[in-house]
Amino acid sequence: MKRRIIASLLAVVAVIAVGPSRGWAQKGPIKVGFLTQMTGGGAAVGRDMSNGFTMYIEEAGKQIAGRKVEVIIEDTQGDPAQALTKLRKLVESDNVHAVAGIFLANEGYALAPKVDEYRIPTVWAVVSADDLTQRKPVKWAVRTGWTSSQPNHPFGEYVAKTLGYKKVVTVAADYAFGWEQVGGFQRTFEEAGGQVIQKLWPPLGTTDFGPYLPQIKRDADAVFAVMVAAMALRFPKQYQDAGLKARLPLIGGGTTFDEFVLPSLGDEAIGSITPLIYSAAIDTPVNKRFVKEFRTKYGKVPGYYAEASYSAARWIAEGAKAVGGNVEDKDKFLAALRKVEVSDAPRGPIKLDAYGNPIQTIYVRKVEKKDGELWNTVIQTFPAVSQFWKYKPEDFLKQPVYDRNYPACKYC
Amino acid sequence: MRSALFSGPPVAAIIFLLLLISPPFLSSFLLTLLTQALIYAILAMSLDIILGYTGLASLGHAAYFGLGAYSVGILATRYGAGFWVVLPLGILLAVAVAAIFGLVALRATGVYFLMITLALGMVVWGLAHRWVTMTQGDNGISAIPRPELGLPLSLAHSIPFYYFALAGFLITFWILRVIVRSPFGQTLVGIRESESRMRTLGYHVWLHKYIGFVIAGGFGGFAGVLWACYNGFVSPVDLQLATSVEVLLMVALGGRGTLLGPALGAAIIVLLKNLVSVYTHRWLLILGVVYIGTIVYAPEGIVGAVRQWARRATPGPLRSET
Repeated sequence: MKRRIIASLLAVVAVIAVGPSRGWAQKGPIKVGFLTQMTGGGAAVGRDMSNGFTMYIEEAGKQIAGRKVEVIIEDTQGDPAQALTKLRKLVESDNVHAVAGIFLANEGYALAPKVDEYRIPTVWAVVSADDLTQRKPVKWAVRTGWTSSQPNHPFGEYVAKTLGYKKVVTVAADYAFGWEQVGGFQRTFEEAGGQVIQKLWPPLGTTDFGPYLPQIKRDADAVFAVMVAAMALRFPKQYQDAGLKARLPLIGGGTTFDEFVLPSLGDEAIGSITPLIYSAAIDTPVNKRFVKEFRTKYGKVPGYYAEASYSAARWIAEGAKAVGGNVEDKDKFLAALRKVEVSDAPRGPIKLDAYGNPIQTIYVRKVEKKDGELWNTVIQTFPAVSQFWKYKPEDFLKQPVYDRNYPACKYC
Repeated sequence: MRSALFSGPPVAAIIFLLLLISPPFLSSFLLTLLTQALIYAILAMSLDIILGYTGLASLGHAAYFGLGAYSVGILATRYGAGFWVVLPLGILLAVAVAAIFGLVALRATGVYFLMITLALGMVVWGLAHRWVTMTQGDNGISAIPRPELGLPLSLAHSIPFYYFALAGFLITFWILRVIVRSPFGQTLVGIRESESRMRTLGYHVWLHKYIGFVIAGGFGGFAGVLWACYNGFVSPVDLQLATSVEVLLMVALGGRGTLLGPALGAAIIVLLKNLVSVYTHRWLLILGVVYIGTIVYAPEGIVGAVRQWARRATPGPLRSET
């Protein structure tokens, strides 16, 4: 008797182990790895990213195309080597079907060759290094964020034509993200008749702008600032304290006044104008719901880190739906990811260009105070802006990537 | 004489044997971590020469690691240089820079030495960060190819590369072991124990320290060369202060002046960092507890503590031998 029970048990085990394994693999969960920084200086950004990402997955009932979704969040520690190790872990031991996330440019560049080597469908959620979708495109990756220069192309024209500033001084964090934003701005601003008369480059992480503010040429019409993280928290106040705010209006790159820093800023921020792919104040039902839900869940207003990661999750979901949940067919899944079009993301309509970068609305935003809170009120929209702006991609790509000395400062 | 346990061949031999036969049985992620641990072990052992044997705490050791790594990055991606070109050049660059830095740093001892090495390390970091035309700045250099050695097995796969790193580790371990056991190495220990006494005995203290410093730099560069080949990527993060501190902790955790200890410390930190962070985002807390625990309960590091315990556990007659 006992033996028979054991034998039948063994048979059951054998059937489970060997029998329908193929069918099971098909119906197992869709595994998605999410890489972001959970410790160290960028941890707060990382949390916004992972919150945005999981928020979409949870709203979808943790199901995509009839299959369960499992999200594995890994900490890159803001270190490219660590990001590589975690990518290896996700692909080799967790066998994920797709990877998303990534915050820093150097992490993106470090992962890029490996992503193609693994042939793992990847969605760059936040990393905005221009060349990841320009001169060094990654076959297996698409982007749901932006290129650093993208919002600044229309903004350069806007500043020259609409705001009517003719001479601008730039003050930007001295690394690729700052260079690319200043480069994009300078190019279109000067083509529209403006002049960048001075470029100042405080090192990344500068919190005391004392040595830089007095250098600003006083015959300018405005100052274009690109600040990130701790720099963005300090700069506006010091700019005001130096008596500059009353004389030179402050404009700049999107991160200088994004929703991530606004709650920590005071009245010194009011009136500043910046462009970006998103503003929490976008007045559409979709976005209002998104902001409200995010606030209820995580206790803060979402910025573009959260929105771009939310949209990255949406992107994977739409791609998976397009292949009927069969994400194991990597080639088809990748092709589907490249074809996804979303008309109702919180930021508005998004589709990808041939290089895998979003064609999307750019919002020109002005910091205003409403009910005691600072918001980026949208004052102008540029629909369907590509990373190449009005230039032909082939011509655009012949130029070198924007850096500290390109475009050269002709009027300095 | 030291206690045989942990300093003699048996324990080391068992560990090496395990390292040699285990790869085919490990998951590829674990193999990845072991490969990293081996490379960091080389770096930690090289630091041990000056920290453990000579008693000079350096906060700039990541600089040599970075120099080796950047040599590979720049030479391989710009000029398509092969491994047998970048290996000697990478080490040579690290040696040359260590030779210059040594002249500056060894004028001081103690905290001042710490500060000077910190500053010199930051100089190299700054160079990597700001010399954009050469280093691509903060973005780092990517797409560094894995070396082609002309072997039948391609190093692009994880198991062959593991053995490649293991070979590098064993060679380093063997050379450094020969060095620390030589009269030269014993002199370094003497300097650590009492510099003035060694001077009185007629030893050229400065020269010994200097040579030790340069050797450490050279092997640091070697670790960097392997690191760049392994990751296919190098960025200023590889030579920032936090990396120098981490290597210092590896040596302290494993046990200063034991060679095997720092290698063990490197393995523990690499594994902890990666395995614990899989389960919790509070992994830094756990790492912190490990560090504090080591300082409080095993100030001589793990290997030091085991040796002490072994000494205490051994009965009288043997004990008097030590």
